Amino acid sequence: MSRVRLVDIAHARSGDKGDRCDIGLFARDAATYALLKREVTGERIARHFAGVATGPVELYPLDNLLALKIVLNAALQGGAARSLRSDNLGKCMAAALLRMEIDLP
Amino acid sequence: MKTVRIGAGLGFYGDSWRPVAASIERGGVRYIGSDHLAELTLAILQKDRMKDPAAGYTRDLVPMLASLWPLAQKHGVRFVLNAGGLNPEGARDALAAEFARRGWKARIATVTGDSVMERIDALRAAGEPLAHMDTGAPIDGVREKLLFASAYLGAKPLVEALATGADIVLSGRVADAALFLAPLIHEFGWSLGGNDSDYSRLAQGLTVGHLLECSGQGSGGNFNSYLANGWESVPDLAHIGYPIAEVREDGTAVITKAPGTGGRVDFDTVRQQLLYEVHNPHAYFSPDVVLDMGTLSLKDLGGDRVEVSGATGRPRPSMLKIVAGYQDGWAGTAQIGYSWPGAMKKARASAAIIEAQLRESGLRYDEIHTEFLGYNSLLGPLADDARLDEINEVYLRMVVRSQDRRLAEAFPRQFPWLALSGPPTASGFSGIEPARQLLGLWPTLVRRELVEPQVKISVTETLA
Repeated sequence: MSRVRLVDIAHARSGDKGDRCDIGLFARDAATYALLKREVTGERIARHFAGVATGPVELYPLDNLLALKIVLNAALQGGAARSLRSDNLGKCMAAALLRMEIDLP
Repeated sequence: MKTVRIGAGLGFYGDSWRPVAASIERGGVRYIGSDHLAELTLAILQKDRMKDPAAGYTRDLVPMLASLWPLAQKHGVRFVLNAGGLNPEGARDALAAEFARRGWKARIATVTGDSVMERIDALRAAGEPLAHMDTGAPIDGVREKLLFASAYLGAKPLVEALATGADIVLSGRVADAALFLAPLIHEFGWSLGGNDSDYSRLAQGLTVGHLLECSGQGSGGNFNSYLANGWESVPDLAHIGYPIAEVREDGTAVITKAPGTGGRVDFDTVRQQLLYEVHNPHAYFSPDVVLDMGTLSLKDLGGDRVEVSGATGRPRPSMLKIVAGYQDGWAGTAQIGYSWPGAMKKARASAAIIEAQLRESGLRYDEIHTEFLGYNSLLGPLADDARLDEINEVYLRMVVRSQDRRLAEAFPRQFPWLALSGPPTASGFSGIEPARQLLGLWPTLVRRELVEPQVKISVTETLA
C-alpha cells in the first residue's frame, strides 16, 4: 500500500475565533474527496494535532464543495491575544494539516 | 433582472486600499464594504482612546477616503465601513474635518450603540448572565479587567443609514458580512424575514458578504495550495484585484474582480474563502439570518467569474453576540540567533541556561514558551526535525507570561550576557523590548431588545 501527503492532493486554509482554530480542507477532485472522507477522520486529526489542540475535534463534510471543515477546540493557548506563540492566529495550522500522510487505496 | 455590484474594501486595520481604486475605476461597483475590525482590534482602539478621548477609531479611515473619494464621487460609489471602532462619532468628526479642509461635499451617516461597555452592570441587572459562551464561566471574574465590550449589530441600522442618502456610512462593531448585506437589502428592498425565500435571499447576501469581507483572500491572496494550480500560479499578486460581487435581485451572485488586475477568482480560491473562519457550516450565525452552506453551489464560469447560488437560511437568532476583551497579564519576549555549525544545539543550550538562571534567581513566571525561528515557531510540534543538525541558522525565541508588568519587562534583560559568555555565535539579539499586554476575549450573548433600542443613526453634511 502506498501513502500520500495531503499537500499533494488537497489544499487548506485555517483561521481563528477565540480559542478555536478552524481549517477548511479542499480535495482536488471527487475521487480525492471520497478518500479524504474515509481517511481524515476526527480521531486521525486529533492524533495529528496532539500537543497543539487539547479540546475535541469537530468535522463537517461538505459534499457540495468537496471539502472537510475541521474545528480544533482549545487550540490557540486561550486565543490569539493571550497566546505566546509566533503563529498566534493559527494561520499555519492548515499547513500543519497538509503534512498528514494517508494510505492510498 | 436588476443587478448590483459591490466591492471589497479593506479586510483588516492596516490593509491596503490601492486595489479598491481599481474596483471603483474599472469594476463598475456601486458600493464598497470595508471591514476594519478583527476580533481584537477594539482592544487596540481602546488603548488609543485612553490616551486621547477623540481617538478610538481606525486611523486608516481618513487617508483611505482622502485617497479614494475623488474617484468614488466620479463613479457614484458609496461606502459602508466599520472603521468607527469604539468611537464612530470621533471618526465622523475627523473625516468631516478632512473633507471640509479639501472642499469636498459629502453626506456621512454614523451608526452608534454597539458598545455596551458602560452598560455591563445594567445588563446584569436586567437579568443577562453574560457568562462566557464557550466555558460558561461567570463574568464577575474579569469584570474589573474589561477594556471593551461591543455587540455585533446586524444590517438593519446600516440599511437605515443608507436610506438617509448617505455617501459614507460609518459604524462601530457590526457583523462583518452585514457591511455587504446592507447595501443589497437597501437596493433590492429585501424583507428581513418572514418566509423561506426571504431567508434564502438573506443567506445569499450573507454568503456574498463573507466572501468579500477578507479583501484579497477572496480573489487568490493567501491561497494555501501547492497543487498544479496552487499559489505560485496565481498571477500578479503585486496588483491583486479585490473581489467584487454582482448580485441579482433573487440573491444569486457572481464573484469576480476588476479587469486588468492580478489575483484569481475560481472554484478553488472562492471555496477556500467560503469556509474561512466558519465553524459549523450548516449553522453560520449572523444577527440577520442563520446560513446553511450545505446547499450552496459554486459554479466556475471561467474568466475570473464564479457563480454562487443555493444558500439556505433560517430565522435570525433572538440573541446578539457580544465580544468583550479583558486584561490578561503581560508578555516579556527575547530573541537571539545562532549560526551553523550546531545552531540548534547552541540555541537549545541557551534556553536551558536561561531557565536554570530563572530558577536560581527566583524569577517566577506563569508560563515560559520556547520556540525556534527557522525550525518550529510556526508549525510547533508538527515541525520536521530531519537535517536539523545541519540547519544554517536558528533564532531562539522565549516568551514569558506574568501578571506583573515589571516581571515581564525583566525577562529580556536576562539575555545580553549570553553574547560573550554563552554558547558561540550568538547574534541578532532583539533588544530590551517593553512588555506586551495580553488580552483575553470574552464572547457572550445578550437579548436583542436590550441593545437595539440604543442604536442611533445621525447624519452630517460636510460644507453644508
